[in-house]
Amino acid sequence: MSRDDSRQSGGNPGGKTGGKGGASYSERWGRQQPTKKRAPVKRTKRREPEAEISSRRGGNAQISRVDAQERLSSWKRHHRQMAIDSFRRMLKSPVASLMTWLVIAIALALPTGLYLFLNNAQLVSSNWDGAAQMSVYLKASVNDERGRDLTQELKLRQDVADAHFISQAQALEEFRTFSGFGDALKYLDDNPLPAVIVVRPAAASLGTSAVALQEHLMNQLKAMSDVDEVQLDLAWVKRLYSIMALGERAVTALALLLGVAVLLVVGNTIRLAIESRRQEIVVVKLVGGTNAFVRRPFLYTGIWYGLGGGVLAWLLINLALIWLAGPVHALASAYASDFELLGLGFTDSVLLLLCSTLLGWLGAWLAVGRHLGAIEPQ
Amino acid sequence: MIQFSNVFKRYENGHEALQNVSFHLPSGDMTFLTGHSGAGKSTLLKLMMRMEVATRGSVVIDGQQLSRLKPHHVPFLRRKIGVVFQDHQLLFDRTVFDNVALPLVIEGMDPREIGRRVRAALDKVGLLSKEKLSPIMLSGGEQQRVGIARAVVNKPPILLADEPTGNLDPQLSAEIMQLFRQFNAVGVTVMIATHDLELVQRMARRVMVLKDGAMIHDAPFKPQAATGGEG
Repeated sequence: MSRDDSRQSGGNPGGKTGGKGGASYSERWGRQQPTKKRAPVKRTKRREPEAEISSRRGGNAQISRVDAQERLSSWKRHHRQMAIDSFRRMLKSPVASLMTWLVIAIALALPTGLYLFLNNAQLVSSNWDGAAQMSVYLKASVNDERGRDLTQELKLRQDVADAHFISQAQALEEFRTFSGFGDALKYLDDNPLPAVIVVRPAAASLGTSAVALQEHLMNQLKAMSDVDEVQLDLAWVKRLYSIMALGERAVTALALLLGVAVLLVVGNTIRLAIESRRQEIVVVKLVGGTNAFVRRPFLYTGIWYGLGGGVLAWLLINLALIWLAGPVHALASAYASDFELLGLGFTDSVLLLLCSTLLGWLGAWLAVGRHLGAIEPQ
Repeated sequence: MIQFSNVFKRYENGHEALQNVSFHLPSGDMTFLTGHSGAGKSTLLKLMMRMEVATRGSVVIDGQQLSRLKPHHVPFLRRKIGVVFQDHQLLFDRTVFDNVALPLVIEGMDPREIGRRVRAALDKVGLLSKEKLSPIMLSGGEQQRVGIARAVVNKPPILLADEPTGNLDPQLSAEIMQLFRQFNAVGVTVMIATHDLELVQRMARRVMVLKDGAMIHDAPFKPQAATGGEG
């Protein structure tokens, strides 16, 4: 405790421990003769033993006592230290770390990029509401005037964006002009073509609900007394949406696969890290380090790998978006559209980083669980 | 403090490392464990550290039956036992200070308290001036003393040493034994495995002798005791 004591014993390392030396030593170390036999203490809680041990140390308990609050703060301190320490270790071998980050980034950027592609495709296709036109064929008994009235009625509907009437005569004219079978009409006595109302359904929100909405409209139109038949060119819209649904599935599958790949990459990297720190792990276990203590730096390493990979993936995607923005703009203007690529929003970005960090942590956890147990002091 | 009752240890390869070993080491005692190499000294120490588990018999440390100790309680057993290894088991990628601080860091002690304790321990072994060096820059005897400082820094009630003077000259050996004696003087239960019989005799303490896994001799100090154990 006092400087005198330390100088005394320090300057006299090989000296005999008479009463004086022993006393000064005992005083400095504050240890009491543990004379009483300690009763076995059954431990029930895993988190408590530090306090128990210190409380069992007899006279010195006040100094070495680690109470709950201190334990929490020391736990936090160790977390902080390990987070910093494992990050520093990564920066010590920047090339190797960068390569791992890149592998993770690419594995994450692929499904994320595809997801963005799908999002954009949906955005584009939802602008194509005009393409899903319906041809409402009127019964032959319906005259042109009734047809025009009906067209006005349809125009007023909420789920109809536009409707326009094609009379029998106009239909014949169109057929003659566009079909190339105009001559065949000469052999017919009267006009076989019905009057048609071309209906453009109102734009629906994204996704398959548009199809449902259009089908609903079609069924209602069919039920009208003047209507003979309704033809909706839904087939290709349905196909498009099916392709998109397929795409979504594919992206999910790819994301899962590449997520597993990230786990394996991180796991393997952590395995190597564990191998290279084998001696340290052995020593820590020898002097009473818990598994959680031993595990902690590696879990943080995994977290850093995941987070770093996520940040890089985010950068890769945004670089790709910038790179694609020009051609996309050119393409869009060729279609007289002001469409612009949809990037990663804030939520998506946060989600990406969260997922990557989680994957890194999980990969590390798996590796640590598999390999750390095998390292025991021999 | 340490109680072995009819302990047998058979390794998976069939080697009988310990056969029917029984002894009791009361709290605050100091004893030497000798015997030729392969006699079971290391196995005995490993059983106490729960690095190995006895095949039969019971090992009780500080009132704890080790065969019933759950794996996640093992670290807390080891915190009660300071161990000095023949090969030091120091980490060369960190300073002497950090090596000695390790048990306290593991216990989650406050950094200021760690600093005080580590310096006290280093001062005790006479290495306070070398706290910032890497262990690799130290001599064998100094490395051993770093190991001792680490073993005692958290004030464990038990101190085990496996051939602590194995590679040291007699002068250094005597100094290190002196340190152990001082720890024992303040109540630490000390057990030292060594084949340095001359040293054992000079120390004048209880001596246990293992031969082919059996305890062939266990007696308080008598001048002829140690010599009798050889062979």
